[in-house]
Amino acid sequence: MSAHATTYVPKSALAKWFEARLPIVGLVHSSFIAFPVPRNLNYFWTFGAILIVMLASQIVTGVWLAMHYQPSATEAFNSVEHIMRDVNYGWLLRYMHANGASMFFIAVYVHMFRNLYYGSYKAPREVLYILGVIIYLLMMATAFLGYTLPWGQMSFWGATVITNILAAIPVVGDTIQSLLWGGYSVGNPTINRFFSLHYLLPFMIAGVVVLHVWALHVTGQNNPTGIPIKTGKDAVPFTPYATIKDVFAVVVFFAFFAYWIFLQPNYLGHADNYIPANPGVTPAHIVPEWYFLPFYAILRAVPDKLGGVVLMFGAVIILALAPWLDTSRVRSANYRPIYRQFFWAFIFCCFLLGWLGSKPPEGGYVLASRIATFYYFAHFLLVMPLVGLFETPKPLPGSILESVTGPGKQVSGSGLPAGAAAAPQTKG
Amino acid sequence: MIRTRAVVAAVAAAILSGTAALSAEGGPVPHREKWTFSGLFGTFDQAQLQRGFQVYREVCSSCHSLHYVRFRNLAEEGGPDFSVGQVKALAAEYKVKDGPNDAGDMFERPGRPADKFPSPFPNDQAAAAANGGKAPPDLSLMAKARTFARGGLWFITDWLPFVGYTEQGPDYIHALLNGYEEAPKGVEVPAGGHYNTYYPGHIIAMPKPLSDGQVTYAKGADGQPVVPETVDQYSRDITAFLMWTAEPHMLARKELGLRAIIFLLVLAGLLYYVKKKIWSDVGGETHGLQPELHKTH
Repeated sequence: MSAHATTYVPKSALAKWFEARLPIVGLVHSSFIAFPVPRNLNYFWTFGAILIVMLASQIVTGVWLAMHYQPSATEAFNSVEHIMRDVNYGWLLRYMHANGASMFFIAVYVHMFRNLYYGSYKAPREVLYILGVIIYLLMMATAFLGYTLPWGQMSFWGATVITNILAAIPVVGDTIQSLLWGGYSVGNPTINRFFSLHYLLPFMIAGVVVLHVWALHVTGQNNPTGIPIKTGKDAVPFTPYATIKDVFAVVVFFAFFAYWIFLQPNYLGHADNYIPANPGVTPAHIVPEWYFLPFYAILRAVPDKLGGVVLMFGAVIILALAPWLDTSRVRSANYRPIYRQFFWAFIFCCFLLGWLGSKPPEGGYVLASRIATFYYFAHFLLVMPLVGLFETPKPLPGSILESVTGPGKQVSGSGLPAGAAAAPQTKG
Repeated sequence: MIRTRAVVAAVAAAILSGTAALSAEGGPVPHREKWTFSGLFGTFDQAQLQRGFQVYREVCSSCHSLHYVRFRNLAEEGGPDFSVGQVKALAAEYKVKDGPNDAGDMFERPGRPADKFPSPFPNDQAAAAANGGKAPPDLSLMAKARTFARGGLWFITDWLPFVGYTEQGPDYIHALLNGYEEAPKGVEVPAGGHYNTYYPGHIIAMPKPLSDGQVTYAKGADGQPVVPETVDQYSRDITAFLMWTAEPHMLARKELGLRAIIFLLVLAGLLYYVKKKIWSDVGGETHGLQPELHKTH
């Protein structure tokens, strides 16, 4: 693993002894202290750190909630109310966990849109990017499973709708459905296995995150210019520069998070989920959580059940193909005047699909969903390949440094004053 | 670009027609009321919660359970704030089924503060059988379990402090309790049903539960009622009480929340200047990484 060649020099005898046997301190040093970070990153690049903190927050609050929660069709709803009323600060744990899921998705959507805008998915970061799509899929599964656990009306009927559409998958659909149900309908065995899987998947996410960060540290970070680090002057060491910026961004994000936890804890949920699950009464509108609404709109836009399922999953899978669908040799949309407009049209399309997903599937909403679904896929299958071929990109700056200090200043790749550069690395 | 604009125009047109189609079927929307518990600094009005509890006890409790509330909650901070003695005396007025005892028998004993409010019916089936086939719902979470669609794009701003609006649940309950009317001409009310303007579908099984003067509130020092004994006032009081039963830790939540947010914002402010200070030496071209470090990547 040449990527982990490190500038870490153990000082004490013990540290030398340990480093010769397990060079983990050197690994951390090269990944989070000496790692070169493009100096022109904007705050959209802090969302990776925010996501790691959110994952940790969800796991910690989730483990605590599991100490009080009972995964059973008769007791789940009661145990959630027990947490809300009788467990010390149980309301805080639950509201942190429930709203934390939403914050996690807000952060991941910013992270993904940043990726699409600056073309971070392109070579050489394809594997890094696909690992991110896998994390996103795991997040969606985890969030869906978690939303069923309070066993309210929307939990129950959401689980029913989603497990029913899985049955549309040819050949294996019925088997998958029976395996998820553990019976002939959503019931007690379902909530037991959903709880088990909901506890398992976050640790799988954590595992893929390790791969994601590893891949990142092989290719290095993209940046707003989309051009790679050419000389040491284009970069700063991760610590203290990126570290302090990430800490600042995480604290700002947590202030936003705290607003939802403490002052608007039920806004992002559904009133129906405070009604205990009742298999005999269907809610007037079965609606998933806000972060699934675009996909729900795509599912319902297709009159055929199987077709809807294929397009819904296809809408995520197609993300993984972006590195090969995009034909442009320029990464950043800052230098792609035509693609940039299509990018914002795509963002609008995603928000529109989200809004349509919250509406009943009737009248003009269905037609609008179909048009927006078509545009969603057209962005990947038509816009990405064609715009790259016909667009004339704006001239790129000569280097990251030039993009910061302005053109005209000549930068040579070799003339690095050692003294100025040495100082930051000894910190931390 | 022309294609984008055409698509956007088509989508916009589709939305407008869809919204029009939907608004045609919508009923009247509950009126927006003023509540002491709304907003960042909102708290419960103790006197109102005590009156609301009286309404629950004298009216609602004959059919509706309050399954998740215990007597001791009535003495907790941020709620109706009854004294511990009052709650003990209140609980003792109720008969609670307990057991089995050493002889294997179930028995009744006076309630204790740690007991839940006894339900009016032994089970849901009995509740349904006594109420025309539909069990009256538990009221503990009612204020959070009901809402109405406000329509439009209000969801974009409704979560914001000061300008937002998230009291749809209480407003719905208040409107429902005041929404009993004669059925309009042409609407047939089936036997056992009642017409209510704000109930979805308008036919509700619950008969009009409140009427003016039904509950006698404690008088003020001058012997006059402190608040009017009207359906409107009763419904405000019971709604506030049900908001408390749904969210008994609201006061602690908001207090801790405001402190947490202020702390985080101050910390963020300090960190911003630390960040600025650290980044202040990344100005000119002289800065950068050592070349040998760069080579490893």
